[in-house]
Amino acid sequence: MTNRTDLDIIKQWIKPSSHILDLGCGDGTLLKMLHQEKNVEGYGLEIDPDKITACVANGVNVLETNLDEGLSQFSDKSFDTVVMTQALQVMRFPHLVLDEMLRVGKECVVTFPNFGNWRARFYLLTRGRMPVTKQLTYQWYDTPNIHFCTVDDFEALCAEKSIRLLHREFVATRLPDRQIKGIWPNLFSETAIYHLSK
Amino acid sequence: MPDVIPDNSVGIVTPQVIQFDDPLTLACGRTLDQYQLVIETYGELNADASNAILICHALSGHHHAAGYHSMEDKKPGWWDNHIGPGKPFDTNRFFVVCLNNLGGCHGSTGPTSINPQTGQPWGPDFPALRVRDWVESQVRLSDRLGIQQWAAIVGGSLGGMQVMRWSLEHPHRLRHAIIIASAMKLSAQNIAFNEIARNAIKSDPDFLDGHYLEHQALPRNGLGLARMIGHITYLSDEIMGDKFGRELRSGSFQRGQDTPIEFQVESYLHYQGDVFASAFDANTYLLMTKALDYFDLAREYNHDQVEAFRHAQCDFLVVSFSSDWRFAPERSREIVEALIAANKNVSYAAIQSNLGHDAFLLPNERYEQVLSAYLTRLDNEVAAP
Repeated sequence: MTNRTDLDIIKQWIKPSSHILDLGCGDGTLLKMLHQEKNVEGYGLEIDPDKITACVANGVNVLETNLDEGLSQFSDKSFDTVVMTQALQVMRFPHLVLDEMLRVGKECVVTFPNFGNWRARFYLLTRGRMPVTKQLTYQWYDTPNIHFCTVDDFEALCAEKSIRLLHREFVATRLPDRQIKGIWPNLFSETAIYHLSK
Repeated sequence: MPDVIPDNSVGIVTPQVIQFDDPLTLACGRTLDQYQLVIETYGELNADASNAILICHALSGHHHAAGYHSMEDKKPGWWDNHIGPGKPFDTNRFFVVCLNNLGGCHGSTGPTSINPQTGQPWGPDFPALRVRDWVESQVRLSDRLGIQQWAAIVGGSLGGMQVMRWSLEHPHRLRHAIIIASAMKLSAQNIAFNEIARNAIKSDPDFLDGHYLEHQALPRNGLGLARMIGHITYLSDEIMGDKFGRELRSGSFQRGQDTPIEFQVESYLHYQGDVFASAFDANTYLLMTKALDYFDLAREYNHDQVEAFRHAQCDFLVVSFSSDWRFAPERSREIVEALIAANKNVSYAAIQSNLGHDAFLLPNERYEQVLSAYLTRLDNEVAAP
C-alpha cells in the first residue's frame, strides 16, 4: 500500500462543489487543491501574516482570524465541512474549538500529531525530558503546541461529547510504524486524521 | 523637490480635464447640466482595456495620487508609496486612473467653480452629493476612457465606500474591489467628529454663510480648526506620544521663568491646520463630510448588508489597521462578515500599525506585501483571462 499524505486522505472525504472552512489554513495549499480538483469553494482562517500573504498570492480566500476567539462570525451549519489540519494542539481550548467546528459545519475533519507514538513515549521514558523529535521540533518552553493529545485521548473526548466518528485514518512515515500503525494506532501512528459529525 | 526622479516613480505627470455635457441627476434630485472631472493616469491601457485600476480618494484627497507635477514639487502624489513601476499598483502592468471627485476643489466641478446660471462661484449652493453620485460620475468617466470593466477599484476610508457602492450598483463593471480602512456606515462618534469640524468652519466670521469667495474672504481659522480636529482622529494616541510626547517647542517650566509655553504637538497641529486651510475649500469640506455621514451601504437594500452584497459579482480584499479608531478593524470585520454571509470571495488582512487611520496612506511592509500579492494574482488573470 502506498503511503498517502494527510491531504490525499482528507480530499476523499470532501464532496465535490461543497462549501469548506479551513481553520489554520497555512499557505492555502489544501483549499487551492480542493478548488482545482473538486470545485470546492470556501474560506481559510489564518493568523500568521506571511501565510496570509501566501494565501492571497495563491488566490485562496483567507481571513485573518484568531481562532482562540471562536467562530462567532459564522452561522450554524453554514459550511459542509470544517477542516483543521495540525492546529488542534495549538488552540487555547481545543475542546471548545471542536464544538465550534461542529456548530458551523455539518461535518468536520481534524488532523493532529499523535503524542502517544512510541517514539515520544520512548524519549520521555529513557531521557526523562519532553520529547523533541523530527516531527515535534520545539523545546517545551517555546512550543506553540500547548495541548498535545494521543489518539486515545482524542477518541475519549469525542465519546464524551457524543461526536460521531465517520472515518479515521492514521499516517506514519517511518518504519516500522508505517506497516503496523493500523494494528495499534495509539502507539504507532504519527498523525491521526478524523472525519467527524455530531 | 526631487533632485532626480526615483526609478520606481511614475515621474512627471500632467492632469487632464474631461468635460461632460450629459446632465447628471443627483441623489438629492437636482441636476448638474455639465461638469468637468480632473484626472491623472499612470501606465498604459492594454488593447482589450482589461488592466485598468480606478483609485477612489478619501475625504481630502484628489487626482494627484502619484508622481510629480514638476521638478519643483516638494512632495509626490498622495499614494506614491503604492503606485509606480514595481510598486503594488505596478504601472508596468496596470493602467491606473485617479480622479478628483465631483464637489472637490482641485479642478473638478465643485463649490469653487462658477455656477453658469449666476456667473458667481457655486459656494454653498453647490448640490449636496452622495457617494452614489461620485460613483455615477465615475461610471461616465469609465465610458469616456473606454473601460467597460475595471480590473479593480480601490479606495481607503471614504474611497472604500465608493468601491463598495460600485460593487453593488455596477456589479459587472469591476472584477475586484479593494476596500481599505473603511466602513459600511459611520458610527455616531464618527458623525459627531464631522459635526464639530463643520461647526468650526461655520463659526468662522469669514465663512459668511458659505459665500466667502464672492467677498474675497476665506474662513481660514475655521477650516484650520476643522483639520486639526480631523487630524487628531486620524492618528493614534501611541504615534502622537512617539512623535511629540510632551516635548516643548518654546518656553520652559523652570521656576522663575514666565515665557509662554508651546508643546510640539500644538505647533504641529497649527501647522497642519494652516497648510490645509490654504489648500482646501471650506464648502468642499462640508460637502465631503456630509457625504461620509450620509453613506449607508444597505439603506436601499432593506437595511440588510448581506442582501446588499448579494448584488456584487466581484472578488473582495478588505484591509484594516490595528490602531485605527476612526475606521476601526471592527468596521472592516463587519464588511467581511456580510460578504461571507453573502457567499462572496473575500480575503481580509488586519495589519499591525501604530499610525492610526492615516496608516492606509503610509508605507508599511506587510500592507504592501498583501497588496502586491493580491495585485500579482490579478495581473495573472489579466494575462490569462
